[in-house]
Amino acid sequence: MTEKYTALYEAHKQLGASFTDFGGWQMPLKYSSELAEHKAVRTAAGLFDLSHMGEVEVSGPDAGAFLDYALAGKLSVVKVGRAKYSLITNNDGGIIDDLISYRLADDSYLVVPNAGNADTVAAELASRAEGFDVAVNNVSAEASLVAVQGPAAEAILLDLVPAHQAEAVTGMKYYAADTVGIRAGERTLDLLVARTGYTGEDGFEIYVPNDDAADLWSALLAAGEGRGLIPAGLACRDSLRLEAGMPLYGNELTLDTDPYAAGLGPVVALSKEGNFVGRSALEARKAAGPARRLVGLKGSGRRSARSHYPVLSSDGETVLGEVTSGAPSPTLGFPIALAYVDAAFTKPGTELNVDLRGKPESFTVVELPFYKRSKQ
Amino acid sequence: MSKVNAGLRYSAEHEWVDSSSPVRVGISAVAADALGDVVYVDLPAVGDTVTAGETCGEVESTKSVSDLYAPVSGEIVEINQEAIDNPALLNEDPYGAGWLFTVNATSEGALLTAEEYAEKNGGDL
Repeated sequence: MTEKYTALYEAHKQLGASFTDFGGWQMPLKYSSELAEHKAVRTAAGLFDLSHMGEVEVSGPDAGAFLDYALAGKLSVVKVGRAKYSLITNNDGGIIDDLISYRLADDSYLVVPNAGNADTVAAELASRAEGFDVAVNNVSAEASLVAVQGPAAEAILLDLVPAHQAEAVTGMKYYAADTVGIRAGERTLDLLVARTGYTGEDGFEIYVPNDDAADLWSALLAAGEGRGLIPAGLACRDSLRLEAGMPLYGNELTLDTDPYAAGLGPVVALSKEGNFVGRSALEARKAAGPARRLVGLKGSGRRSARSHYPVLSSDGETVLGEVTSGAPSPTLGFPIALAYVDAAFTKPGTELNVDLRGKPESFTVVELPFYKRSKQ
Repeated sequence: MSKVNAGLRYSAEHEWVDSSSPVRVGISAVAADALGDVVYVDLPAVGDTVTAGETCGEVESTKSVSDLYAPVSGEIVEINQEAIDNPALLNEDPYGAGWLFTVNATSEGALLTAEEYAEKNGGDL
């Protein structure tokens, strides 16, 4: 695979980032210490380059009806300026990707798939568009995405927004989006700003043309100076999303899992009118109920469960499932994990073991998320 | 780039060994940087016998777990309780306060000079 670089690659190098491959992209793993970056996002703010994420424009008179058919959710009822988390499944109900769709106008949506799935999702959408008056346009290569996440995110962003548009930011609800002017150097850029994220904190994701990405990045770094903002890499993004109990495609979500096993049943709008891709399979899967369900696990010791470690019964005799993600929680101070476990053993409080490389260690099923920010 | 301490020798699995007796063992800055922030270390106990090239413990970071290999064979004389209590020492001072244990060495595994290790692993001498 050819290595892909975001428009901010040089900026990351100058900041001393170490890099990792993610979905073919060379992305910053961390700049300093992933624990320091994690803590900054929980207590102040972190600045992320998410330009590896995909962007697919869906527009035309049938855009809403088309997405109702192509995705598991009911996108036609999303209000202009709001966003919705959804899934794209195959005919068997297996998950191709999880994605966020923004309704930008009555006849226009922006669909945001994960990095490694962007081309697959764009191709799937295009192939599902037959019979709909809609255009599907994969603009991933032209768009960058920068996120500022953390309790100081709003104050930092407001520093760069002209006074007459401040209300557009302060009044923006969670999972809403709007075009806002942002000062970057000598210019003011009109950019799509969304109050979304993947960290469990308040924050904003800002879509920006590649040519303007470096200026926006610098402007946000400068605005965050003195407010505790630091650049943050994918290592802390993973520990943050895990604390927030959010699934990661490739770990918790795959073609072999279905929405009901993953706890995403409410995302599937079986009540919507008409057919949609995967409907009959999903109806059958819902009726049967999943054999294994995704749960949160809390460790009692210091050692962490990691992806693919077997989950065992409390006597260690029976394999009940498998860990999909696990790490020591920097915020909570104990090991946390997500795992698919035999549905009979998923009640919070259930004591289980995880096979930590030959040694069983005690874990308890707990409610998700592990970490929830306190609302102001 | 990560520092390689010129006065030490190294195993291919990134442990360092000094020239004192008993020998002191730790992990290189290259390894500590690759692991990320270390949050837990599992070390052999005083009196245990370790064998060169075999696993003798674990180093766990925020993102992964790595085996710790004994670079020499012999009996464990001392372990660094400070590193167990504060694993961040492995990142902050891998050749100093972040040392792991000392061994009465009876034989050595295949050890690299600092130059050989740096060349192979891209560290700064």
